[in-house]
Amino acid sequence: MIWIDTIIQGILLGGLYALFAAGLSLVFGIMRLVNLAHGDLIILGAYIILISVTVLGLNPFFAILIAAPLMFALGWALQKLVLNRTLGEDILPPLLVTFGLSVVIQNGLLEGFSADSQRISAGALETASISVGPISMGVLPLLTFGSAILVIVVLNHIFYRTAIGRAFRATSDDAVTASLMGIKPERVFATATGLAMVVAAIAALYLGVRANFDPSIGPARLIYAFEAVIIGGLGSLWGTLLGGVIIGVAQTVGAAINPEWQILAGHVAFLVVLLIRPRGLFPRGN
Amino acid sequence: MATAYSVTLRTPASTATLIAAAVLIVALFAAPAYASRGMIQDLFFILTMLTLAQYWNLLAGYGGLVSVGQQAFVGIGAYALYGAVILGGADPILSILLGGVAALLLAIPTAFFAFRLQGAYFAIGTWVIAEIARLSVAQWRGVGGGTGTSLPRDALRELAFVDGIRALFDVRASAARDILSYWLALTLAVITIAGVYWLLRTKRGLALAAVRDNTEAAKSVGVDASRMKWVVFLTSAFGTGLAGGLIYLQKARISPDAAFSVTDWTAYVIFIVVIGGIGTIEGPILGVLVFFVLQSLLADYGSWYLMVLGLIGISVMLFAPRGLWGLISERTGLQLFPIRRRLVGGSNTKREV
Amino acid sequence: MALLETKGLTAHYGDFQALFGVDIHLEQGETVAIIGANGAGKTTLMRSITGVLRNAPEQILHNETPIGHLPADTIMKRGIAMVPEGRKLFPSLSVEENLIIGGQHKGGRDLGDRIDSFLSRFTGAPDPMELAAGHDGAGYWTLETIYELFPILRERRHNPGTALSGGQQQMVAIGRALMSNPYVLLCDEISLGLAPVVIKDIYAALPKIKESGASVIVVEQDIGQALAVADRVYCMMEGRVTLEGRPSEISRDDIHAAYFGAVA
Repeated sequence: MIWIDTIIQGILLGGLYALFAAGLSLVFGIMRLVNLAHGDLIILGAYIILISVTVLGLNPFFAILIAAPLMFALGWALQKLVLNRTLGEDILPPLLVTFGLSVVIQNGLLEGFSADSQRISAGALETASISVGPISMGVLPLLTFGSAILVIVVLNHIFYRTAIGRAFRATSDDAVTASLMGIKPERVFATATGLAMVVAAIAALYLGVRANFDPSIGPARLIYAFEAVIIGGLGSLWGTLLGGVIIGVAQTVGAAINPEWQILAGHVAFLVVLLIRPRGLFPRGN
Repeated sequence: MATAYSVTLRTPASTATLIAAAVLIVALFAAPAYASRGMIQDLFFILTMLTLAQYWNLLAGYGGLVSVGQQAFVGIGAYALYGAVILGGADPILSILLGGVAALLLAIPTAFFAFRLQGAYFAIGTWVIAEIARLSVAQWRGVGGGTGTSLPRDALRELAFVDGIRALFDVRASAARDILSYWLALTLAVITIAGVYWLLRTKRGLALAAVRDNTEAAKSVGVDASRMKWVVFLTSAFGTGLAGGLIYLQKARISPDAAFSVTDWTAYVIFIVVIGGIGTIEGPILGVLVFFVLQSLLADYGSWYLMVLGLIGISVMLFAPRGLWGLISERTGLQLFPIRRRLVGGSNTKREV
Repeated sequence: MALLETKGLTAHYGDFQALFGVDIHLEQGETVAIIGANGAGKTTLMRSITGVLRNAPEQILHNETPIGHLPADTIMKRGIAMVPEGRKLFPSLSVEENLIIGGQHKGGRDLGDRIDSFLSRFTGAPDPMELAAGHDGAGYWTLETIYELFPILRERRHNPGTALSGGQQQMVAIGRALMSNPYVLLCDEISLGLAPVVIKDIYAALPKIKESGASVIVVEQDIGQALAVADRVYCMMEGRVTLEGRPSEISRDDIHAAYFGAVA
């Protein structure tokens, strides 16, 4: 029985990792850019929500209404002013610039908020749980998982059913021909990064409510996100969710055996998948 | 005469460099005779960072392999040394070599996994391996687990050559150990630079430049890109492991979080190379000096220091992607370590048709 | 007043100069053909007009307004649409989506342009609405009329654009360009690699396109085809215009000389 419980915890944790990963996956899919500062941007989002909650006294779920537009604007400006300059054949500039950005954000947060751990308070919701037969599940992890599914459904809808989604796909296929259709590729990229940051803000909410955070934990979230994306196969958001679930289950099972093995078990699961399926579980053609 | 043309690597500046380098190396070896202990420690830091930077530059600047996981090799090199000394009672200085070998052994499976990932994903892949190495070493109780350990006093006391150095410079044992570490660091840095320069000048090294410039074209002229990647990756890992062992021999205290620190052993190194000029041997040398000056000026400001370093790195990448050395050599045409072969002569002889 | 005009147009790829002072013009209602061998500079000329390559402002005029410096998306929003060489359909988009995307950003009226237009009042940046020069993209061409023009596309509308035959792909590329109801339609090598019977089908659409109000420039390697459809012909060689005239006025020898550089 305890094992079923552990696995369910892991699946639900996978929802959080899918939220970390969805923005990364979106940006990579559209402009082949890997943002090494993605984890730190999620932590930045968590601090924005924390401020909204503590200073304005908002419920964290309303605070997202402040954090999401702010993060969109930040992502948009970041792409437009900095990252668009790094795109091209050479992979060095985007990697090194986003790595530098990661260091800058981390230390900026450290300067602004100190190294103390913080937590976003969500009141009774933090401990609420519901029971299905003999199994008890936390409401918050369920909500996280549900949000991950919702985010993926919405992103897929945007990507495949809307005008901006058409522009995303067209620009990803061929930016020059897209510009002949009146599309400004740099604007499309900025919008995509803005959207990825909105997802990051949602991820930040659940990250901050679920556990303590401090300015240094961004890179580890980037790694989980990255593992989920690779396991799922580049370009498939549902694959990313499955990747997150695999990492989540590996971590909770590892932790159940020995608490010190939690993180290690997730990484090992990633290596095993990479060994068996180098292109991930659901690789998109091309 | 028909021998008027010749293909040469030498530039006037490179000949001057050779002489200046010889003088500099002698002066640096003699440094303990005239420098303070603090300065010796600073030079040790500069030389080890320079060594790490040269190896990262070989990887990223020449091999196109952007690794964010070099801390894996620093850490494993250091821990191999501690393991051998603490558990096996080995000689600490010889154990530095063991550190290099351990890093090499770790590099083989690392390359096997990470080479399955393209471009940016390679970067994060190496980072994952470094995390795995850190978490695994933290489980190793024999060397202190997650909290780390110190080198045993006995091992430090019995360190070879220390007595001789004490007598030579009339210093205390701890200062003598610093001098010994410094000489080792200097030797390692010189061998590294000479070795990287030699590697890049060989046929294989020229092929490397071809792979970096255009993988497809290099393939079409028969350069085996994947074998070159292996050579570069394993070489860098070995050298980085040696440096890791040496750094922690000097520190005499280790913990997994410090030895596998992404900031100390990869972020700093990346900034050194990027600011100095990626893809050149001169770049990391210039970069490490800039880095040291910045650190001396700003180290008291803690996180501000890292923010400034990050912003400088970003600005250089955006506005001067070839770094400070790139700016200098663009303006002056200066090349201290020429790698491209040049056609010279022929100007004062008539062509025979 | 010429609808579209190039004046002493030059173009470079790095150190290589591809165009050496090209002067062409297109009048309202005309069909102009540009012929020439591979490497004559025809495609470079198209890339310059459409803004993929940037030029000095005065080298290209649209209704006497300098547009040489404008980016590709702005040129398109002024009503100058392109059927690119090699068709260049978007593989991730279905046939219908390929068509829709051709019209979705027309006339500088998408949300981004509206925001930029608002901001331009404060920043002094050029107003995208103004750059669009009153082209609102409204007109005869809609999905429905494109499907009337090329009925086969209606049947294949949910297929990926790249799953079609070459001729059908060319129809999509033409339809995609027409969806913005352009004043000027540029067609780069639309018959390249297609069977004669397919080429005939595609050129059969030309009268309807002209009737909708578009003036047309076709770039052709097929001289016979070009002479058959054009009101005027330019021949290019090595980055220069070597011949200009009405099909009825120029002889085979003239063309041969302009095309290959020497009279046989």
